[in-house]
Amino acid sequence: MTRELWKGNEAFAEAAIRAGLQAYFGYPITPQTEALEYMSSRMPELGRAFLQAESELGAINMVYGAACTGARVMTSTSSPGTSLMMEGLSYIAGTEVPIVLVDVVRGGPGLGNIAPSQGDYNQIVHGGGHGDYHPIVLAPASIQETVDIVYSMFDLAEKYRAIGIVMIDGSIGQMIEPAEMPPMLEVRKDIPDWAVRGGRGEERRVLSSIDLEPEDLERSNLRIMKRWQQVEKEVVRFKDYFMDDAKIAVIGNGSAWRVALSAVRTARAEGIPVGLLRPISLSPFPYKTIQEIAGQVDNILVVEMNSGMMLEDVLKAVQGKSHVEFYGRMGGIMPFPDEILGEIQRIAAGTPHSEIHPRDLWLERLESIVQ
Amino acid sequence: MVALDIKDMEVIYQHPDSLLDINTHYCPGCTHGVAHRLVAEVIDEMGLAEKTIGVASVGCSVFAYNYFDFDFVQAPHGRAPAMATGVKRARPDRIVMTYQGDGDMISIGGGEIVAAAGRGENITVIFINNANYGMTGGQMAPTTLPGMKTTSSPKGRDVEQMGYPIRASELLATQEGASYIVRRSLHDPKNIRLTKKAIRLAFETQVRGLGFSMVELLSTCPTNWHMTPVNATKWLEEKMIPYYPLGDYKVHPTISELKV
Repeated sequence: MTRELWKGNEAFAEAAIRAGLQAYFGYPITPQTEALEYMSSRMPELGRAFLQAESELGAINMVYGAACTGARVMTSTSSPGTSLMMEGLSYIAGTEVPIVLVDVVRGGPGLGNIAPSQGDYNQIVHGGGHGDYHPIVLAPASIQETVDIVYSMFDLAEKYRAIGIVMIDGSIGQMIEPAEMPPMLEVRKDIPDWAVRGGRGEERRVLSSIDLEPEDLERSNLRIMKRWQQVEKEVVRFKDYFMDDAKIAVIGNGSAWRVALSAVRTARAEGIPVGLLRPISLSPFPYKTIQEIAGQVDNILVVEMNSGMMLEDVLKAVQGKSHVEFYGRMGGIMPFPDEILGEIQRIAAGTPHSEIHPRDLWLERLESIVQ
Repeated sequence: MVALDIKDMEVIYQHPDSLLDINTHYCPGCTHGVAHRLVAEVIDEMGLAEKTIGVASVGCSVFAYNYFDFDFVQAPHGRAPAMATGVKRARPDRIVMTYQGDGDMISIGGGEIVAAAGRGENITVIFINNANYGMTGGQMAPTTLPGMKTTSSPKGRDVEQMGYPIRASELLATQEGASYIVRRSLHDPKNIRLTKKAIRLAFETQVRGLGFSMVELLSTCPTNWHMTPVNATKWLEEKMIPYYPLGDYKVHPTISELKV
C-alpha cells in the first residue's frame, strides 16, 4: 500500500467504505460536507446504499433502521447536526444496535461558526441523549489515525452492541495529510441473529427501546451497563510523550494536542521537564492513567478548544493529588503553540497554587487576550 | 348437543395468521383492531409475512408489534418514515410498512413523511386519523376538527388561534414520488371492505417497486371522544368525512388497472 494525500473528511469516508460499510445516510453541514459528497459517488459505484436525508433527524433514524437490519451503517455530521441526532442516538442505545457516527466539531453554541472546536465534548462524551447509556468515543489527532480508528470502529460497535463515535475537530476534517488506506474488506453477507429480516412465529424478531415495566427496563439498563464495564476494561486508549521524568503534564486531545506537542517540544528544548498525555478514548476516559500521572507530577495543564470540558474529567481523576491549570480557546479559535508555551513557562516558573477553579483562573487570563 | 360435521364446510372466516391471537390493549370500540386485522389479512393473502418488516410509531399503536406476527422495529415519535427508509435501503427486497397515528405522522413527523413521499420511498404507510392524541389522553392533534373539544382545546379548536387541521392525503398526493394515496374510513362494513382493498393496493404498489404508498384511515376514538362506540362511528360519518373526503387522491396507472 502507498501513502497518498487525503483530506480528513474524504479519508474517513473511504476508510469506512473499506471497513465494509453497507449504508450511509447524512445531511450536508460544514465542516463535514465533503464526507457526504464523497459517499454520494463512492457508495453507489460499489452498489451500496447512500441517501441524503431530509435532516439530521432523518439521517440518524435511517441509520437506526438500517442498523436494525444488521447492516454496517454510519452517518457523519457536525455539532448542530449532532445535537439533532441526540434523540436517535438514545433510541439506538436503548435498542442495543451498533452504529458509527463521525462528528466533525465546529464552534458553538447555536449556529456558532464553521471553525474547528472541541465544544461537543460534553454532549458526546457524557452522552447528550436521554437515559442510561454511554457511547464509545475515540478522538484521533491525524488523518492516518482518523482512518485507522474509523476502520476499526465498526468492529468495536458491533462487539459491544454500542454507538461508536469518532470525534474530530473541524481542522482534522478539513486538512490534508499523507495517509495509507487499509485493505478493502468484503461486505458482510450474513445477517446477525438479533437483526430484523422478515420472519414469523418463533422466527419473529422485534427490536425496540421500550420497556413499560420498570423492572424489565432496569434489567435492560443493567445489561447495557455491564457491557459498558467491559468497554471500560478493554477500550481505554491513550498515548504519552516525554512523560518519564516529567514534573509538568500537559493533557490534550485532537488538534489541541497537536498544538500542545509543538509547545512541549520547545519547552523541553528550554530544559523544562514537561510531558504530554493524549487521551484517545474520551469515553471510556483514561482515569487510571491520569490518576497515576497526578501522583508523579506537580502540575497538570489541560489544553482544549472549548471552555474546559475534558478538564472536569481530569479533575475527577486527579482528586487534588496534583495542581491543575487550564488553557483553552473558544469560538472556533485554535491556540498558537506560543500561547501554550507561555502557560508551560508560567507554571514552570512557579505559580501560586490556588483554591480557585482552574476555569475561573483561565477566564481571567483569557479576558486580557481576547480584549 | 349435535356434533357438527365441518369437514365438508367451506371456511369463510378465520383469524389471520399474521395477527397473533391475543387480547390487545386498545379500548372497546376503537378501530385500531379493525385496521390491524385488515393489514394482517392482506399480508396473509399476498404471502408477505416472511419478508415484511413493520415499523411501529409512538402513540396508541406503539405496541403494534405485539399483535402482528412478523418482524418489527419501533421508531421514535414521528420518525417512522425515516427509520423505514433505513430498513428499506439496507434490505430493498423486504416489504416495509409503517403504522402511524395522526399526531405521530403529520405533527411531529411532518418533515419525515413529506420527505419520504417526495423521494418516492418504496414503503407503505398505514395512517390512522382519529382527530386526537389518543395515547396521551385526548389532546388536540393537527387533525382535530374546527370547534372540536379536546383536553388541550377545552373550549373547542379555535382556528383563529390554533390554526386549521392538516389534510394529509391531499398534501402528500401533490408529491411526484407518491404513487398511491387514498383516504378510507372504518365506520361501517362497506367502508371496511373498501379499506381492505386499498391496503392491498398499497402493498401491491410497493411489491411492484412503484414508490410511496399511504392509506389514510378515518378512525374512531370513543374513549377520548367521550362517546359510545356506536355514537363514535356516527360522529365519524357525520363530522369527519365532510372535512376529510374519502377517495383516491393519487393512484399510479399500473395500480388503477390492477384487479384484486
